[in-house]
Amino acid sequence: MVPIAYYLVLSAILFSIGVAAFLIKRNIITVFMSIELMLNAVNLTFVAFSRQWSQATGHLQVSGQLFVFFVMVVAAAEAAVGLAIIIAVFRARNTLNVDQIDLMKL
Amino acid sequence: MHLALFIIFAGLCVAGALNLLLQRHPINSALSLIVVMSSLSVLYLLLGAEFLAAAQVIVYSGAIMVLFTFVIMLLNAGREERTHGSKLAYIAGFPGAAALLGLLAYIFLSQRTTFGNARLGEYLATTGDLSRVLFRDLLLPFEVTSVLILIAILGAVALARKEH
Amino acid sequence: MDTRLLAFLLISLVKVIVVVVILLMAVAYTVLLERKLVGRIQNRWGPSRVGPFGLLQPLVDGAKLFLKEDLMPEAVYRPLYILAPIIALGCALMSIAVVPFGANIPWKGVDLFQISDVNIGLLVLLGITSIGVYGIALSGWSSNNKYSLLGALRASAQVISYELALGLSLIGVVLRTGSLRLRDIVDIQATHGLLSWNFFGGFQFVAFFIYLMAAYAETNRSPFDLPEAESELTAGYHTEYSSMKFAMFFMAEYGNMITVGCVATLLFFGGWTSPFGHFGQGGGPVSTAFLSIFWFVIKVFFFLFLYIWVRGTLPRFRYDQLMGFGWKFLVPVAIANIVATSFCIGLRLPVH
Repeated sequence: MVPIAYYLVLSAILFSIGVAAFLIKRNIITVFMSIELMLNAVNLTFVAFSRQWSQATGHLQVSGQLFVFFVMVVAAAEAAVGLAIIIAVFRARNTLNVDQIDLMKL
Repeated sequence: MHLALFIIFAGLCVAGALNLLLQRHPINSALSLIVVMSSLSVLYLLLGAEFLAAAQVIVYSGAIMVLFTFVIMLLNAGREERTHGSKLAYIAGFPGAAALLGLLAYIFLSQRTTFGNARLGEYLATTGDLSRVLFRDLLLPFEVTSVLILIAILGAVALARKEH
Repeated sequence: MDTRLLAFLLISLVKVIVVVVILLMAVAYTVLLERKLVGRIQNRWGPSRVGPFGLLQPLVDGAKLFLKEDLMPEAVYRPLYILAPIIALGCALMSIAVVPFGANIPWKGVDLFQISDVNIGLLVLLGITSIGVYGIALSGWSSNNKYSLLGALRASAQVISYELALGLSLIGVVLRTGSLRLRDIVDIQATHGLLSWNFFGGFQFVAFFIYLMAAYAETNRSPFDLPEAESELTAGYHTEYSSMKFAMFFMAEYGNMITVGCVATLLFFGGWTSPFGHFGQGGGPVSTAFLSIFWFVIKVFFFLFLYIWVRGTLPRFRYDQLMGFGWKFLVPVAIANIVATSFCIGLRLPVH
């Protein structure tokens, strides 16, 4: 038996680490990975709250889990487009450091 | 049993996330993120979301992170170097993240009793339960996401193609 | 501790050990089968010196690989170089955990012929096999060798592309069953023997051939063995590996072949059920158990034979042909199969 609050605290820890990594990391791929970490932390919150809602109403509620499903779909699309952008940027600038990629035009 | 499993996999999650933060080489960060995602799928199972657990492994660990490692290998990304921007981010980033964590943890723990406890084996959401809601109530969003995926594929192809 | 839980844990442990030992033996003898069959196809004998018909060759091969020097090249990235073969072999062995080998015969409340019966068995199989690609990708990257890196890049691109076709080809079967549990999938094929198998009675033969081709690409077997194409990349991703680490990649490849054979059997060829339906069935639980195991092993053996036959027959694809085949042929045909299958199922449903 585990309090649902523990799951929520875990997701808060993961989200904060994701925020910190997003700010500190200089490699554009790692920055992108920290976004994925934050998305995963939010997904855990959704699943935990879905469970909490089921327990509060007394019968199974799946809306939270379906939201996670949609987040996964959007994350997959985002990863495909984002990595393609990273490859295009690398071709143009020959670097992956976010500090050197600060001009809008090529 | 539930608590032991939770502690093991929550520990793996946090360790993996910290490793992502501390490693300098992107491939190590990618691998620690895979550890986080796989342990999260076990936590989903503990919460009774079996389909999501499988989807998490297939979509995140098996597809998205393979793409990440593929791009890291393709671009031959090396160790990252410290710059002026990263010093600034250290000053702002760590206190900000810590404050966020403190706030969220305080709210969640103070409402601990209202959230209740999760028991193993209750409220198991089967694939049928999910699909019943997904294909009746949420059919339009589902179809819209398929269009989104299509656009994403086209966009990725258009962006990554070499121009002659 | 509760005695029922203790009994469950003990029986499960015994099951795991038995299955792993049998699987490793099967892997060893699949290697021998391949060498023998490819030998016959190329009009030579294959291994014939050790034991009768060369039957002890796998043991000698194992001893040789075990006793060889384990070279550690200077320039490799050590942690991942060591981790990669472990991931590859671990995933290959783990995926067998959800496969049911025979009829459902419980003993003290534990299913004897399946390690774990989960509701989402098919998805678990897909998930574990999709993790397996990291073994290849990381081995190629950590070896710090251009051939290895090229092999790993080819492998990851190929596996991601063909996973799509593989997953789509299985949806027809899942639609017919309405369940992702492997036992349910076999049970609906059990009624009339051969006629109710998904391949014949379910009209899923298109899906089966798509699955077969995509699975050959997933396991990096000929004609899709570009990641280890010996004529272009020396040995591809495992160029720098020697001794036991190489043997682990080798065993992983053959373990994956066996898993693919098991999945094809379960999903399209009725699993452990007899092709003659209930004809000749009957007798006690012991004979039922033996018959079901017999049919399962025969069917898996047929798929292993097919693997080797294809390897001995077809030349390797070119890389652009491989990608074109996966994206422009297999995926559209798989989607057409889903549409056709769901249309047929929809027609049969009562109208509300």
